[in-house]
Amino acid sequence: MSRRLLVNVFQSDQDILNATKAARENGYTIVDAYTPYAVHGLDKAMGIRPTRIGWICLGLGLLGAAAKLWFQIWTSAFDWPVNVGGKPLTSLPAFVPVTFEVTVLFAGVGTVVAFFLVSRLLPGKRPKVVYEGVTNDKFVLVLAEEDASFDVEKVEKLFAPFHMVKMEERVEED
Amino acid sequence: MAEVYSTLRTPLVLDNKSYSDITRDVCETLDHRPSTAWWAAFIVSFSLLVIGAVAIAYQIATGVGVWGLNNTIGWAFDITNFVFWIGIGHAGTLISAILFLFRQKWRTSVNRSAEAMTIFAVICAGIFPIIHTGRPWFAFWLIPYPNFRGPLWINFRSPLVWDMFAISCYFTISFVFWFTGLVPDLATLRDRATSKIKKKIYGFLSFGWDGSNRTWHRYEKVYLLLAGLATPLVVSVHTIVSWDFATSVIPGWHTTILPPYFVAGAVFSGFAMVLTLMLIVRRVLHFESYITLHHIEQMCKVIIATGGIVGLAYATELFVAYYSGNEYERFAFINRALGPYGWTYWIMVSCNILAPQLFWFKKLRRNVAVVFVVSIIINVGMWFERFVIIMTSLTRDFLPASWSAFTPTIIDIATLVGSFGLFFTLFLLFSRLLPMISIGEVKNVLHYANNGKGDKK
Repeated sequence: MSRRLLVNVFQSDQDILNATKAARENGYTIVDAYTPYAVHGLDKAMGIRPTRIGWICLGLGLLGAAAKLWFQIWTSAFDWPVNVGGKPLTSLPAFVPVTFEVTVLFAGVGTVVAFFLVSRLLPGKRPKVVYEGVTNDKFVLVLAEEDASFDVEKVEKLFAPFHMVKMEERVEED
Repeated sequence: MAEVYSTLRTPLVLDNKSYSDITRDVCETLDHRPSTAWWAAFIVSFSLLVIGAVAIAYQIATGVGVWGLNNTIGWAFDITNFVFWIGIGHAGTLISAILFLFRQKWRTSVNRSAEAMTIFAVICAGIFPIIHTGRPWFAFWLIPYPNFRGPLWINFRSPLVWDMFAISCYFTISFVFWFTGLVPDLATLRDRATSKIKKKIYGFLSFGWDGSNRTWHRYEKVYLLLAGLATPLVVSVHTIVSWDFATSVIPGWHTTILPPYFVAGAVFSGFAMVLTLMLIVRRVLHFESYITLHHIEQMCKVIIATGGIVGLAYATELFVAYYSGNEYERFAFINRALGPYGWTYWIMVSCNILAPQLFWFKKLRRNVAVVFVVSIIINVGMWFERFVIIMTSLTRDFLPASWSAFTPTIIDIATLVGSFGLFFTLFLLFSRLLPMISIGEVKNVLHYANNGKGDKK
């Protein structure tokens, strides 16, 4: 299925922020916004749900901690117990540093891998650059033209106060 | 949020830049061929690296005996250099993670280079414990892997094992953090690249980044999480390094003050190195509008704060040695200041305590030449600090019969010089291949206190 898109190009973060708010208030469907940097507040203006990646981070951190703690106890006290200076075989305080490091390693690396997977960013992937300059100085808001009642001129009027530089209609093929 | 209009705040980007100016200024240096100055610097650094490589090859082929070590002094230049380089690295993580959590927006101009510096410093540091094993081809024995010797596992109660985990984890996380920050900028480079090869390489590395705000939204969260993870990590790493000493029973090492003292010292020395590098970068690549005097001043303030902590630690150590009533501890500190290596102690004190006091004066904090000289003095002082801690305690331990002295051999010195060569070679290559300033993050603070200038409102 293909859908019709309306690509609106702005020049500053404030403009795209206000335009996004206006579009949402007027009930337009926002496909995505493309910006050269993370514009604060734009995610809220677009109505993106808070990401759940924090839970992945927590889960992986706990997994790392548990796995490493188990591994240290298993190697030191069960698989091949070695008496080191008469210390107890499961000397938990001594296991804290490595457990902590592995927790951070699992949580950190895992979060980044999850981020790239969820965002479908992979090495060598061909980028779909929506508009030239979007990684430089252009701020692009993409709306979906959902039905026949979609009026481009109305949108143009709505965005008029926000210094829109360009407006383009496109058909997206799947 | 990106808009903070206040006359009380100092703008972070000067000269009325636009978004595309930032992109152009940062990327332009990558477009043309390296300058003569770059080649000169590269040839010098690379030669030092070769000297170091030859020294290490000779040492590996012959044995650790080519160093000035003896029965009493088992740690000297190698561990000094190791602690020194790890410390250098810590400033990068502090800038990228801790200042991020504290919402210090000035970090954006320096964090990319500082993080790169961290990675290169950790690489330099990592070499020393590996070659100190004497048989580096068995260095993988440090990793717990199922083996045919039992399997006999490593001793998880040993601080040296903690250290191995801390350093490798620190390197990995620093690299991941740095690379994640680079992806959007690599996309910028990809989109402006004209040559096919550049487009391909930057395209491959930028993972198909398209600036989508759904991605940016997650990216911000990931960045926050990484900063939150890296903050305790950086504290833990130098704490664990200090435990290499503190968990032993050698007078002068066996103290509880060592972890905070090491962490503060690490940040102190690291900021000095950031300043040394950034002042050169700023001048050579004309980044004066991005790395402003305000940035330099802020870093000087961090130096004076951490330098103060280091000074307090020196004083506390002396007091505790006296107050403990332990004669070995007392002797260790009298010997530290007045013994055969007393001169190194006084170099340390004058470089680390006296020199930074200049930064109390605003005029001097904004004087690039003064800051540059002081930053180098601090680098020297912090190298000596590690040397003092290691050497004075080892040369004079409990038994006078085993007292000894250490003189570095030419191989010791060549290896130290080589590590600097490696560091600067890597940094110079970085300056030619990747954007040295985080383009996206600087754009975000462009309007910070820039009262409407350059704003299209």
